[in-house]
Amino acid sequence: MRRESLINVLLAAGLLGFPLWAYVMNEPFLITLSTRVAILALAGVGLNIALGLGGLVSLGHAAFFGIGGYAMGILASHAQSYAPLMESPFLIEGTKSMPIIWLVAIIASGLAALMIGGLSLRTSGVYFIMITLAFGQMFFYFSISWPAYGGEDGLSIYVRNGFPGLNTLDPIQFFLICYVLLVAVLFFANRLAQSPFGLALNAARQNAMRVETVGITPYQLRLTGFVISGMITGLAGALFADLNRFVSPSMFSWQTSGEIMIFVILGGTARLFGPVAGAAVFIALEHILGGLSEFWHIYLGVLLLGIVLFARGGIIGTLAGHEVRHD
Amino acid sequence: MTKAILSVRDLCKSFGALKATDHVNLDLCTGEIHALIGPNGAGKSTLIQQIAGGMAPDSGSVHFLGQDVTQLSTPKRAQLGLARTFQISALAMEDTVLQNAMLGALGAQGHVFRFFGAASKDRALREVAKTMLERVGLADMAGARTSDLSHGQRRQLEVAVALTLKPRAFVMDEPMAGLGAEGSARLTEFLSDLRQEAPILLVEHDMDAVFALADRISVLVYGQIIATGSVADIRAHPDVRRAYLGEDA
Ligand SMILES: Nc1ncnc2c1ncn2[C@@H]1O[C@H](COP(=O)(O)OP(=O)(O)O)[C@@H](O)[C@H]1O
Ligand SMILES: [Mg+2]
Repeated sequence: MRRESLINVLLAAGLLGFPLWAYVMNEPFLITLSTRVAILALAGVGLNIALGLGGLVSLGHAAFFGIGGYAMGILASHAQSYAPLMESPFLIEGTKSMPIIWLVAIIASGLAALMIGGLSLRTSGVYFIMITLAFGQMFFYFSISWPAYGGEDGLSIYVRNGFPGLNTLDPIQFFLICYVLLVAVLFFANRLAQSPFGLALNAARQNAMRVETVGITPYQLRLTGFVISGMITGLAGALFADLNRFVSPSMFSWQTSGEIMIFVILGGTARLFGPVAGAAVFIALEHILGGLSEFWHIYLGVLLLGIVLFARGGIIGTLAGHEVRHD
Repeated sequence: MTKAILSVRDLCKSFGALKATDHVNLDLCTGEIHALIGPNGAGKSTLIQQIAGGMAPDSGSVHFLGQDVTQLSTPKRAQLGLARTFQISALAMEDTVLQNAMLGALGAQGHVFRFFGAASKDRALREVAKTMLERVGLADMAGARTSDLSHGQRRQLEVAVALTLKPRAFVMDEPMAGLGAEGSARLTEFLSDLRQEAPILLVEHDMDAVFALADRISVLVYGQIIATGSVADIRAHPDVRRAYLGEDA
């Protein structure tokens, strides 16, 4: 087995084993912490498709995370108050069903990614970063000034949404839902990276001219990658909102975009399990250092600086080293 | 003369006051190697760019296979069968040699938006890629990372990728540059046969190669074609000797 595959398996096992251990030890808080890691990792896996595979430095992924969150918040709040979202021309009611909420979150964030990507991918480099950031901020201010769904105060959901056959209020069961989704998406992301589409998108990141010269348009590749990326981060947003039973404009904030990017860079850009390692270390630091000092972000900053300067492959890259796949 | 596959009509391009392409007319016909020579800065690469679609001309037109392609993008022209190699290698450096060749095969095949099956297990793509690597003598290096290739091997890979497109015409910008005597000789032999598959517009500095290969030669100086003719014509042309070969006529 390749060294990186081994590390990935260990990470996956660790992320499953830790909350199971916490369950046995009756430590629900640690299960919740693990659930956070799984969900934030999922958001990072989404960004990693744009950033790692496509080379698209998006500072606006909070938009998709927030849209996923609000998809959950809006649907669930309507279900809670028995007030349909819309009565004409046809009836749309709220729902407390997770699968439906996920689907709506994925579709809504995909459409937003199509719009944001469609416009911002006409630029590149620092302009692309700024435009995605600007779109993220637009959603942020919109959510603040939209009183119907809580405005600045956000929106609380009293009971976690349901999944057929499971008790989602049980922390370990909700963790398992998130974990299975994460693993499924990782499986998909791995296939995607090796697919013909992945080959082309990855080549477009390295040399757009090369791709054009063989008859492929980089813009279409990037837009498709960006939409897939946004959908996954949107799904993570819906889960995150369900974890907290609360959505607020902070899900749309640029700090959220920054944190998702930190998971990816910390763990290893373009590495399949990079976001998993990154989110785990981030949450662990937040939990451990956050208890010691209010200024734990300084340590995080030092760590990030070290990685960017000395270990471009992030945690996974440093552990697995550089290997060429011999196909 | 046989039918022109590629023709450039009255093409002009200026960078400010500099006329990089100045009313250029040029044909590439079936079965030929048409060499484009000229001193550094004459505008050869600029002309190639406009033919391949990387740069829009100010005026004039480019026709390929009887179709006006002046407004078409680079990918569209590639899909029609125009293959280009670069003066400075443009490859996916982090990918393997085989992956670069497979990318070409993928572009030619056209089914890019497939998200599940592994590209490396696509028989059709692999087959084409391997065949073309073999043809340029890079089969042994298929698994190597492209950035680990020598300069000459990268040039070979550029040609292999162009071959995967099964093109109707090649446009090559200084493929021999930096190859060394042995490499040049090998590529010269290869290109000589290749013209039967598709004609080649060849920008080249290596005069031995040009005189050995070209069916016709056009001489570009300050953006203008000052002469077009056979090897013997060009060797004898007084303006060419003065302007380019640097001899006193
Ligand atoms: N994008 C550009 N902007 C401005 N000037 C350019 C550009 N590209 C080429 N030139 C100029 O046009 C002239 C022709 O360049 P080029 O086509 O590269 O020549 P060659 O390939 O024959 O050496 C040169 O003087 C070069 O400096
Ligand atoms: Mg040149």
